[in-house]
Amino acid sequence: MANAATSPLGVYLEHLEKGELAYQFSPDANAAVFYPRIICPYTGKDNLEWRISKGLGTVHATTAVYPQKGDPYNVVLIDMDEGFRLMSRVEDTPPLEVRIGMRVKFRVHPAEGDEPPYPVFTRAGTAP
Amino acid sequence: MNGLVRGSAAIVGAAESDIGAVATNMSPLDLMAQGIHRALADCGLTLKDVDGLWCATTQARTSAMSLCEYLRLPNAYTDSTIVGGSSFEVHVAHAQAALAAGLCSVAVIAYGSTQRTVGRRAASAREYNPYETPFRPFLPSTAYALAASRHMHEFGTTREQLAEVAVAAREWALLNPVAWEKKPLTIEDVLNARPIAHPFTVRDICLVTDGGGAIVMMSAERARSLAKPPVYVLGCGQAITHASISSMPNLTVTGARESGAAAYRMARMRESDIDVLELYDAFTINTVLFLEDLGFCAKGEGGRFVSGGRIGPKGSLPVNTNGGGLSYCHPGMYGLFLLIEAVRQLRGECGARQVAQAETALVHGNGGVLSAQATVILGTQATL
Repeated sequence: MANAATSPLGVYLEHLEKGELAYQFSPDANAAVFYPRIICPYTGKDNLEWRISKGLGTVHATTAVYPQKGDPYNVVLIDMDEGFRLMSRVEDTPPLEVRIGMRVKFRVHPAEGDEPPYPVFTRAGTAP
Repeated sequence: MNGLVRGSAAIVGAAESDIGAVATNMSPLDLMAQGIHRALADCGLTLKDVDGLWCATTQARTSAMSLCEYLRLPNAYTDSTIVGGSSFEVHVAHAQAALAAGLCSVAVIAYGSTQRTVGRRAASAREYNPYETPFRPFLPSTAYALAASRHMHEFGTTREQLAEVAVAAREWALLNPVAWEKKPLTIEDVLNARPIAHPFTVRDICLVTDGGGAIVMMSAERARSLAKPPVYVLGCGQAITHASISSMPNLTVTGARESGAAAYRMARMRESDIDVLELYDAFTINTVLFLEDLGFCAKGEGGRFVSGGRIGPKGSLPVNTNGGGLSYCHPGMYGLFLLIEAVRQLRGECGARQVAQAETALVHGNGGVLSAQATVILGTQATL
C-alpha cells in the first residue's frame, strides 16, 4: 500500500491557510471528531470525512494565565456548533471577562515565522 | 481489575528517599536507590532479594534500564510504565499481576525527582501539541483551572470551598515532621496569594520539591514471614480518559469514577468501608472531584462537602494525612507518596497524625491533566 499523501495535521493547516476551520466527521458514529486523526476513535475505521465549520461556538470553560512577566491572558475551551471542542482564546475581551456560555466566532491567527496559523475567537452576538 | 485476586499480594516495605530540597548534584537515580535501600531495610530485605523493578521519572527516558545498571540487576523483571503521577498506582496492579504469574518474587516500585533543584522546565519538558501549544496554556495549571471553572459554573462551587482543601492539607502537614510547609494557612491566605491560573492562586497548586522513594511488594503468603505487618492489596482499578484537557470527555467527571468502581468491586467494598483516604491533590479541585467520583459525596457536592474542616485533622473524614502534594511534598509525580502514607497509616506508624483504628485505606493516583486515574485499596490482616 502506498504511503499516505497527506497527514491529518497537514490537511487541517491547509484549511487554516485558506481561512477555514476544518474538522472531521465520522459517518458511522454520526459524530464530529477533533483533533483530526487517521482512525475514527468511535469505530476504529479509516473513513473519517473532512468538513468545514461554520465558525460559531460557545465558551465551555475559561481561565486566565498570569505569566511571571507581562499581562494575564485568556485560555478557553470552545464547543463548536458542529459538536467538537477545541482549545483557543477569545481576543477582543479582557481575560477575566470571558464567560462560560459566551457566543464566539472563529477567525484565523495567521502564520508568523515558523509558527503555523491557528484558530482564535472573538465575541459573537447572543445565543441562537 | 479483572484477573487480579483480592489480597494476593502485599506491600511489605515503604520509605521516602531524601525529600524537599536534596543535596547538590543528587540524581533521580540516586534518590530511587536511596528509597529502595530504605524500603528494603524497612522490611528486613536486601537488594539480593529483589528480582522485579518498577520505576518512573520524567528525568530519565529509559529509567528501568538506568536502574538495572545502577543496582546491577541484569535479570530483573522490569516495567517503567509512565502515565504521569498515577504511574505508581498502576505499577502496584502490574506488580500484583507479575507476582501472581511468577514473573518475580520481590517487586520494588521506585521514584526519584530533582525537580526543585533543576527547575520544573528541565525536569519535565513539555511536548508540543499543535492544537494547544499556540494558546500558551501554563500546564498543568491551566488545564485544572479550566476544569475548576466548569465545576464552579455547573455546581456553584466557590473559591472559599477550594481553599478549604488547601487549609486542611496544611493542618495535616503541621502534624508531619517531614512536610515541606511549616506555617499555618488560612482561607484568606489562599485567596490573597499570588494568582497563577484563574481561579487558582499559588496556594491552590502543589509544591515544587525534590523527592523520591520506594515500596516493596511480594505475595501475601511470603509477606506474613516478615517482621512488620503486611499491607494487603485488596483492589485496583484504572481509567485513562484523555491526554490533553481539550479531549477530556467531561471536565467535571474524572476517570476516578471508573477506576474507583473497579477497585471497590475487586475489594468487595464501598466508600463507607474506607478508614483513610490518600487522594492525589496536585490542585485543590482534585480533592473535590475525587471525593465525588469515588462516592464520598454526590457529584457537585464536593465543595460543600470539604467545608468546615471536614477533611482536616479535626474533621470526620481523614484525607491526605501527610499534608498532601499541597503542603508535604510534590516532586512532579506524587503517586508513590500516597502509597507510602497509606502503608504507614495502616501500620499505625504515623504519630501525631495517626488515624485511629485505620484498617482500610483508599489511594487514588492522578496523572497528566486529570487524565490517568488509578485507584488502589489497601487493608490490614483484619480486612482479608
